[in-house]
Amino acid sequence: MNKLNILKPDLSNLYFYIYTGLFFITVSIIDVFLYSFFNINITSFLPSTLSFILPLILGLIGLHFIRIEFTGIKNLDLLNKNINTTNFNAILTLLVIFIIIKSIPPIMSWFILDANIAGDSKEACTGTGACWTYIKIWLRRFVYGMYPNAEQWRINLSFISLLALGSVGYFATEKFKKYLTLYYVIIYPFIAFLFIFFFISGGPVFFEFSYGIIAFAISIIVGFFIPKKFKAWYFLLVPIILYISLKYFLFYEETIDLGKLDGFNWVETGAWGGLSLTFIVSFFCLIFCFPVGMFLALGRRSELPTVRYISIGFIEFWRGVPLITVLFMSSVMFPMFLPEDFFMDKLVRVIIAISLFEAAYVAEVIRGGLQALPRGQYDAAKSLGMGYWKMHILVILPQALKLVIPGIANTFLALIKDTPLIFVVGLLELVGMLNLAKTNPEWLGFAMEGYVFAAIIFWIICYAMSKYSYNLEIKYKTER
Amino acid sequence: MSDPIIKIENANKWFGDFQVLKDINLEVEKNKKIVVCGPSGSGKSTLIRCINRLEEHQKGKIIVDGVILDENTKNIEQVRAEVGMVFQQFNLFPHLSILDNCTLAPIWVKKMPKQKAEELAMKQLEQVQISDQAHKFPGQLSGGQQQRCAIARALCMEPKIMLFDEPTSALDPEMIKEVLDAMVNLAKAGMTMIVVTHEMGFAKEVADEVIFMDEGMIVEKAETKEFFAKPKSDRTKLFLSQIL
Repeated sequence: MNKLNILKPDLSNLYFYIYTGLFFITVSIIDVFLYSFFNINITSFLPSTLSFILPLILGLIGLHFIRIEFTGIKNLDLLNKNINTTNFNAILTLLVIFIIIKSIPPIMSWFILDANIAGDSKEACTGTGACWTYIKIWLRRFVYGMYPNAEQWRINLSFISLLALGSVGYFATEKFKKYLTLYYVIIYPFIAFLFIFFFISGGPVFFEFSYGIIAFAISIIVGFFIPKKFKAWYFLLVPIILYISLKYFLFYEETIDLGKLDGFNWVETGAWGGLSLTFIVSFFCLIFCFPVGMFLALGRRSELPTVRYISIGFIEFWRGVPLITVLFMSSVMFPMFLPEDFFMDKLVRVIIAISLFEAAYVAEVIRGGLQALPRGQYDAAKSLGMGYWKMHILVILPQALKLVIPGIANTFLALIKDTPLIFVVGLLELVGMLNLAKTNPEWLGFAMEGYVFAAIIFWIICYAMSKYSYNLEIKYKTER
Repeated sequence: MSDPIIKIENANKWFGDFQVLKDINLEVEKNKKIVVCGPSGSGKSTLIRCINRLEEHQKGKIIVDGVILDENTKNIEQVRAEVGMVFQQFNLFPHLSILDNCTLAPIWVKKMPKQKAEELAMKQLEQVQISDQAHKFPGQLSGGQQQRCAIARALCMEPKIMLFDEPTSALDPEMIKEVLDAMVNLAKAGMTMIVVTHEMGFAKEVADEVIFMDEGMIVEKAETKEFFAKPKSDRTKLFLSQIL
């Protein structure tokens, strides 16, 4: 055995140092673990200050002992290279480990061990932890708002159908792949709009909607057998003719005695709320703000002064005002400027307001991407005879949008988290419903549970979106 | 003598206060190969960029294949579809494969059926000997291969005139030859070409005429042999003595 120098661990006594070091580290971690989980202080015989920092000292000595370079033990070398490089890093590492160990018991106890979920009233919550009963009882309200219980299947069905329609991209065959952009940019939002405002909203308009869908479906199916030459005319005329004939001749209400059936019960948008409203508002704002933002970004770089100055003015106006003001204006001021018999739903106004607001941000993000492209790309596209729109659609935008995926995801996440602000116009989505529920006299004092619940839901939505944006980035990565 | 396919009359251009082109007069006949040389900043790139109006000239007249280049965008797009251009920095579209780079403009600008465009593209890629790379992306190719693809891409539009803007200046020396070979083949096939380059070997081999530009003016314009054998102006002599 070589001479030991405990200040300078070296390779010659490798195993002595490793075993002693690991022993010290284990002791320090066990000490913290026992104290935080079982409240047993095995070093209570020491003065309290020393007892408090002892695990840190022991761990530090242990990490010092195992800090030997080129041991040939793979995991040890990795550890030394990454987190055990200096004494200072060793202390930071230990602190992080201790804080994690310390914070597990209180979190566990609040969330699970001392929490209640049984029962259906406030009295069931006897533990010191969270009262999940509150969430359980109010769940319907948190998800559907004031939407009547008996009609909630309409929301479920719409969301499931939209999800199914939205996932066709995964199953599209090679032949239909080229139509996907068209589908997602124009057709899908349109279908979603019809679903939300006619199916979820309901009312007498429902039947108009179903005629439209039937006409649309029939004309698309027949459209596949129409010679290419007549296709444009066909799709221009036939759906409209079909719609009119369906409405006024075939299903003529007196003929088939449908007069009494006037669709679903009408649920006005003021009663919508909760998580489903969060989804509706976010979905439409995302879909509308993106193309508007894209056109604004192009407009701001246009060579036509009128277009450019209008775009700059628009962007700077919306970026300059707070969202809460915009929402307030949209609900209070905007109707004053409209003719008296013109009615626009509150929710529609809110969606338009948020979309325009976020479009300004999206525009600036996309402009960043446009400016990052080398001028040569424009030259090359032009020299091949492409005009402005072909150049942008085929060459410039695909590259620019790929560059700004992180920025756009950022804006979209911010948008989703801005939706609670629609409470200023009286629309209560998830957070709005929570605020309402916490002031209910029977359920006072459970704000914490509510906000934690909302935080978890929002985190799941946002994390899913950011994960999706990462996947997109990888999918469209063509450079090395 | 046939009608000139490119006709430039008294073209002038300014960048701000700086005049880059001064009273340029030039006529190029069909199937002629013109090499433009000169020191950097002499306006040679600007001149050929004016021919397909990537730059606008402010005074004078440029007529390409009977079309006057002016504010009319339809005219410009028509001219650009007939004039192929190859750039110093290749400028391939990095988000498309080599094949898609070549078929993009024929399909969308010339409305060619996809299958026909792909056949044409493969033929052109074979000409420049990179048909085996057709499904790779530009980022995976060497500089010389990228530049040859750029040539093929321009040729897929079946242009009447090809413009080359220093096509070999951004390449490693050993890749210059493969690009020049492709250009020589093209010249032998009878394409009308205007080439801005410092490769005097190429000029001697294929050019019908050499133009020497300095400070925005055409200093000397002569048959290739004459240009190298007995240049007239002192400026040209100085230039040639420095680069040869």
